Amino acid sequence: MNRPAMMEKIEELRGINSVKIKEASEAGRKIVGMYCVFSPQEIALAAGAIPVSLCGTSNDPVEAAEKELPRNLCPLIKSSYGFAITDKCPYFYFSDILLAETTCDGKKKMYELMGKLKPMHLMNLPQTADGEENLALWKNEMVRFKSYLEDTLKVDITEDKLKEAIKLVNREREAMKRLHQLNAHKPAPLTGMDMMKAQWIKGFNVDKEDGIEMVEQLIREVEENMDALKTAMGQEGPRILLTGVPVGIGSDKVIRLIEEGGGRVVALENCTGYKGLDVLVDETKEPLQALAEKYLSTPCSCMYDNQGRLDLIARMAAEYQVDGVLDLTWQACHTYNIESFFVRDFVREELGLPFIQIETDYSESDAGQLKLRIDAFLETIDTKA
Amino acid sequence: MYAVGIDIGSTVTKGVLMTDGIVTGTHRLPTGWSPRETGRRVLADLLARHQVCPGEVQQIVATGYGRQTMEEAHRKITEITCHARGAYHINAAVRTVLDIGGQDSKVVRLGDRGQVVDFIMNDKCAAGTGRFLQVMATQMEVDVSQLEELAAEAKPVQLNNMCTVFAESEVVGLLASGASKASIAAGLLTSVASKICTQAQRVGVVEDVFFSGGLAEIGYLKKVIQEKLGVPVHQSHLAQYTGAIGAALSGMASLEPAGKEQ
Repeated sequence: MNRPAMMEKIEELRGINSVKIKEASEAGRKIVGMYCVFSPQEIALAAGAIPVSLCGTSNDPVEAAEKELPRNLCPLIKSSYGFAITDKCPYFYFSDILLAETTCDGKKKMYELMGKLKPMHLMNLPQTADGEENLALWKNEMVRFKSYLEDTLKVDITEDKLKEAIKLVNREREAMKRLHQLNAHKPAPLTGMDMMKAQWIKGFNVDKEDGIEMVEQLIREVEENMDALKTAMGQEGPRILLTGVPVGIGSDKVIRLIEEGGGRVVALENCTGYKGLDVLVDETKEPLQALAEKYLSTPCSCMYDNQGRLDLIARMAAEYQVDGVLDLTWQACHTYNIESFFVRDFVREELGLPFIQIETDYSESDAGQLKLRIDAFLETIDTKA
Repeated sequence: MYAVGIDIGSTVTKGVLMTDGIVTGTHRLPTGWSPRETGRRVLADLLARHQVCPGEVQQIVATGYGRQTMEEAHRKITEITCHARGAYHINAAVRTVLDIGGQDSKVVRLGDRGQVVDFIMNDKCAAGTGRFLQVMATQMEVDVSQLEELAAEAKPVQLNNMCTVFAESEVVGLLASGASKASIAAGLLTSVASKICTQAQRVGVVEDVFFSGGLAEIGYLKKVIQEKLGVPVHQSHLAQYTGAIGAALSGMASLEPAGKEQ
C-alpha cells in the first residue's frame, strides 16, 4: 500500500463540500464564513449556524485582487479578497455573515473593503496575549460576537448549546491531533502533502460529525497498515518541521519542493496544521471564558511576544524526531518575517537543528530558485548525519 | 580513475577533471542558450584535451542552475554544497564563501569539516550579479571586462538603486548630468560589493573569507569587499572553478566506501 485509500475520499470532499454548502444554504441554514484560527467557531455552531473556512490559498484570484489592493501585500490577503470579489469561492458566496478579526494590519484593512460585500462582524484581538486585562478584553469580544449572532440570526445561544458545541469541536481537534501524530512514527506513514490536505480540508466540512468520522477511518486505515505504508515510503530522507504561515491546497509549493527533493514534512506547526489543535477548550469552565482562554493561547506571530511558538516548535521537534526546520513566510507578512529572526536563533542555538527561512508568494515564478535553496538545505542535513 | 565536475552556470559552464584529489584539468565555455548542449561539450572537450577516455571516468557530478539538464551526470548536487566543498578543498581555512555569478549571488558559511552550516542567496532578480554589471556596461557602451580599468582611479558615484531596471535609468540620468563613465563604473562595482557584503553580514562573516564565481576575477570588487567587511578576502586562480571542483570532489567522495565521508 502506497497511500491510504481514505485519502482519495478526503480529496473528494473538496467537491462534495461545495455542493453541501449550497444545499445547506438553500435549506435555510445560516452560514458564518471565517478566515482565521482565532475565530471561535463554537459560538456559530451554538447559534445553529454552520461555520466554514473561506478560500484564500490559490494564486488564481490574486490578479483580480490587485486591482484594488496594493501588489506588495501578502498573497493570503490578496487571494482571500480576490476570491470574494470574483465570486469564485462557494463558501464565501453562501456565507450570510463574515467573521473578521484584527490579527495583522493587512488583513484588518482588507476586511474594511470586504465588509462592503457582506455583513461582517469584527473581533478585536488584543496585541498581546499576556495579562488579565487582555483576557478580559478578549472574553468581552466573545460576548459581543455571541450577542451579534443572537441579534442578527434571531436566536438564543444558551450555555448548554455552547457546551455542546465546545464538546463537538474538541472532538474534532482530538481526531485531527491523533491524525497529525501518526507522522511522529519513523518513518512517517503519510506524506506531508497528504497530511496538509487532510488537516486543511476540515475547515470546509459542512457536517463536522461526518468529517470526524472520515478522519477516524483514515487513522484506523493508517494504523492497520502501518508496516506496509512505512515500507512503501522506502528510505526516509530528512524529516522536516514546517513552521510559519498557513498553507493550503494551491499554496503548497514549498511542501511539494521539500518532498520532491527527498525530504519529508513530518510536522506542520502552522495554523493550518497543528497550532490550533494543541490546546482544547476547557469543558469544565464557563463556556465564553473557556473559549477566550483557548483562543488567546494560540501562538501566532501577530502577538507581542510569541514565546509560545518557540515552545511548541521545541516540543514538536522532539516528538516528531525532526532533522531540520523550515520557516515559511509569505511575502509582505511582516509579523512572520520579523519573528523568523527569533525562530532561527532558537532552532539553531537551543535545538541545535538546521534551519532555513523561505520567503515567497503563491506564484510559481520562483520555483527554480526555491528548489535550489531547498535542495541545498536538504543536502546540508544529509552531510550532518 | 578520474572524477569530473561540471558546473553549468547561467553565463559560463565550467568543467574540472580530478584524480586523487588533485585538479588535473579545467575547461570553460559560455553557456549560451542550451545548458544541455554546453554541458555535454565541456565534458567532451575536457576529456579530449587531457586524453582521458570516458571509460576512465568513474563519476560525473553536475552542479549549477543547469545541472538537471545533464543526462551524463551520475549525481546532481546544488552549487551551494559544491561551492562549500570546492572552497574548502582549495583552502581548508575557509569558513565563508562569497560567490557572485552571472545571475545570482550567494554567501555560504562553512563548518569545521567544510560542510554547509548556513547560506543566503539573492531573490529572484539579478540585482548585484554579473547580469547587473553586463546591463549597465552595455548602457555605457563598454565591456564588463573594462569596468575595472575604468574605475581604477575614479571616485565612485553613489548609486541608489540595486534593481537592474531602476539602476539602468539612474545610470542614464547620471550620464546626462555629466558624471564620468569612470565614476559610474566605480559606483557600479561598489554597489555590487555592498550588496554581497550586506548578505554576508546577515549570515555572519567568519574568517577565512573566500571569493568565488565569475566576478571574483575583478580585483576592484575584492578590494572594496575587504574594506567593507574589514577582513582579508582570499582568492585563487581556480576561483571560477570552485563549484566544479566541489562537484568533482563529491564524485570522488561517493566512490569511497560508505561512511568514510562522514
